[in-house]
This record gives sequence, C-alpha cells and structure tokens, in this order.
Amino acid sequence: MNIKKTIKALSGCGAAAYAMRQINPDVVSAYPITPQTPIIEEFAQFVADGVVDTEMISVESEHSALSAAVGASASGARAMTATCSAGFALMWEILGVASGMRLPIVMHVANRALSGPINIHCDHSDSMGGRDLGWIQIYSEDAQEAYENTFLAVRLSEHPEIMLPAMVMQDGFITGHAVVNVEVLPDSVVQKFVGEYKLKYSLLDIKNPVTLGPLELPDSYFETAKQREDAILKAKEKYLEIGRDLSNITGRNYPLFEIYEGKTKEKFEDSEMVIIALNSTAGTAKAVVDELRSKGKKVGLLKPRLFRPFPYEEIANALASVPKIAVLDRSYSFGGNAPLYGEVKNAVYDLSSNSKPQLQSYVFGLGGRDIFERDIKQAFDDLERNSFSRQIRHLNLHE
Amino acid sequence: MLIHYELRITQKMKSYKEMPIGGIIDKPGSSKDYKTGSWRVQNPVRDTEKCTNCLFCFNFCPEGAWKIKNGKISHVDLDYCKGCGICEKICPVKVIKMEREFRRGLKNQD
Repeated sequence: MNIKKTIKALSGCGAAAYAMRQINPDVVSAYPITPQTPIIEEFAQFVADGVVDTEMISVESEHSALSAAVGASASGARAMTATCSAGFALMWEILGVASGMRLPIVMHVANRALSGPINIHCDHSDSMGGRDLGWIQIYSEDAQEAYENTFLAVRLSEHPEIMLPAMVMQDGFITGHAVVNVEVLPDSVVQKFVGEYKLKYSLLDIKNPVTLGPLELPDSYFETAKQREDAILKAKEKYLEIGRDLSNITGRNYPLFEIYEGKTKEKFEDSEMVIIALNSTAGTAKAVVDELRSKGKKVGLLKPRLFRPFPYEEIANALASVPKIAVLDRSYSFGGNAPLYGEVKNAVYDLSSNSKPQLQSYVFGLGGRDIFERDIKQAFDDLERNSFSRQIRHLNLHE
Repeated sequence: MLIHYELRITQKMKSYKEMPIGGIIDKPGSSKDYKTGSWRVQNPVRDTEKCTNCLFCFNFCPEGAWKIKNGKISHVDLDYCKGCGICEKICPVKVIKMEREFRRGLKNQD
C-alpha cells in the first residue's frame, strides 16, 4: 500500500499527543503529572486550535480524570486520558471500575516511579503496580512505538469480543521528553484504521435503558470477573490480528515481544545469553548486543511488548533454546519476585527440564537511576561467568 | 427462631457465559425481580379501623410498599417491605405497629 509518511521531530509525549489528535477522541479528561504533562498540554493546544472535536475536561484529580472517562465511555464516547506514578495510584480504584465495566478507554502512561519518596523520574513501579486490574498493557521502546501502539490499543480495546481498557507505556522523560524522528501516518489513514466507536449498551440510548456499573452480590460478581478474564486472554490473538492490519499500513511488525540478535528476528538462532527488558532499556540493550556480537559473543535481547495478557507459552517457546537469561526489572515487587522476572520464571516453569534456562533477576533504574551500556554488559558478564543467585541483583546501585 | 435468607427467589442464576458483560443490567425495572421482603424481620401491622388515611405511611415508605386504592391505604406489599419501621414512627395516629415476624411467608396482607 502506498501511504504517504512524513517524518516529524517529536518527543514520545508529542508522538502520543499526535496520535491522540489523529484519533480525535470524543472526550479527553486529564490531570497533569510530570512527565506525562506534554501529552496533555500538546493535546490541549490542539483543542484550543480547533483541530480536534474533542471535549477536553480539565478535572481536579486523576481519580476524577478516569471517572470522567468512564462516564464518557459508558455513554458511547471514545475517551482517552494519560497519567503516571502518583496519578496512576490516585486513579487506582477507577482502573478496576473501567475494566470491570468493560469500557475501552485508552490511557498513556509515561512511566514514573511511585512515591514515596517522591520521585519524578522513570521506573515501572506505576504500571507494574496496576498489572492485576484487567487492563491490556502494551510497553513501548521509543516514540515510534508509543505512536503506533496507541492505534493498536484503540482497536484492541474496542474489539467487541474484548471491550477492555488499554494502557500504553513509555519511559517517562527518557522516551517521553526526548525528541526523535517519528514517522507519522496521514490523518485519514489513522481515522480509517481506528474506525468508529460502537458501544453495545450506552447510557444515552434512551430507547434501550440499561444500568451500568451496578452492585453485584456474591451471587454474580465471580461470573462477571470470569468474563473479564476470558476477554483479556482473547486480547493476545486479537493483538496479533490487529497488529497485522497495522503492519500493512506502516510496514513495521507488532509481535507479542521482539527478539533481537543483531537484528530483529522471529526466533533466537544462536543466543546463549539473553537479556529481557522493557521499554527504552531494550533500546540500550540492543546497542550492547550489537557490540558484544561484533566480538563474537552469542547474545540476544527479548523485549516484551504485550505485558497483559502475558504470553507465557510464546515466551517459553522463544526461550527454550537459550540456556542463560537475565531479566531486567525497573521495579520491585517488594518482598516477591520482580514483576517481569516473576512472569518469565512462570513461563519457563512449563519447559521440560533439559530445556529450562537459568534465570537471574536484576532490578535497575529505580527512581530514574540511569542504566548505561556498561551495566547491561555487567549482566551479560555475570551470565557468561555462570554467576547465578537466588537473590535479586542490582545494576548501578550504590552498594 | 428461624431466619431464612432468600436471595434471588424468583431467578435461577445464569452461567457466566449467559450474563451480559461487565455486570450490566440490560433491561429496565429489574429491581422488581428482587424481592427485598426477604430482608424483613418485622412486619408492619395496621389497625384498619382507626386509620385516618392520611397517607403519611404511603408517602414516607422508602420502598413504596404501602399501596393506595381509591385514595385510601389498601395494603402493604410484603414482597418488598423491608421492615424498616419508618411507617410506625411517622404515623400521626399511631395505628401501625411493627410486629416481630417469624417467616410466615411472603404473602400480601389484606
């Protein structure tokens, strides 16, 4: 398909706002929180300039932001919002409501550390803290991915067999504020791709009055929850389907996770040591993989993209041939396995014992602590020396 | 003294595959199906002779359980009366008494 693409200099937040502009949602209700602010500020500028039809609601808190989005979505309006960190925490109650009411709201999360202590820089404690709420979770390595994941998220969340809210993550400040080249699509192509929001039941459909968000007693809550679980599990195959549609337009691929061995591949061909990392750190890791490969080391990277629903089987199959793996988490799950490590360990549990890899958990980058190539090399080094520990190891921690 | 709990007396519970998603109640007026009378532990008993038909009980009942016919109180709908006792408190001539109920069944009182 011959689609005119333009290169724009956009930050990750700018790319998210640009995507939102093209989607032209009916309602955006948001509250500012560093480092999400440019998403909403740039979008507000679009509203002020009259280039979108969006009703923009400046609310008094993130709890209200998502509540307004819930009300809007339940009335048949396409609603979007953005937040991170403490704002995400403040809307935690409503995250469950949005998901429980099966409303396809799309939210950008510019990953930032949860308080306390207060920290405005990047880590994944916010979105990881909300991984159990029934939201589809998609992580983005860079501004380009954040841009395109938005469209994926809209289509995926609004799919009639899914009807669940979706959040698109990008590293706050690191991806969010850094300006890069982003290849953008024409408005009409995006409009056609996302289509129209059709809600089966709407608060505004007075001919078919319904009650949304009622009480459910012990006699029915469980069944409603099971429906939600079934729906999010379906999101895995629909993600791939919609990804293929998007591929036809952009020429890029949208797999459940990316496999990188010097270049992007369908599976690991010869990696003996693999690092698993989300978001921008995967980008840094790619540079390390390139450098180590040039020195003859058989190393690779696995970058998860769809985190919820978690593709346990596919990741296990991808890792079956890799004997040594380091999982890098940008958050703790205090007192337990770090989130990504825990999921990977779960996944590989089902592999037969002769193909079960050795895993090492690393936590890095909390509160925006930088992770450098030398830190990732350190992890590869540990793997090479067969240095494994049941304890969490840390990268660039002042020990 | 026996107390029965009867939730969803009139409905058999559906499988999760048959319910509308997200807890949506997809038709109006469904609260009528929920016989809240099962919550009751005390019955409102009205002295029909002394009743002046001021309609206070009808007006103040939060459930709308007291019913009117031809401008006069006719009966209390025991399918829905929760036994809160507001009618007893509000009656200006004190002809309503809340009587401890021992589950005689959900029948309308004449």
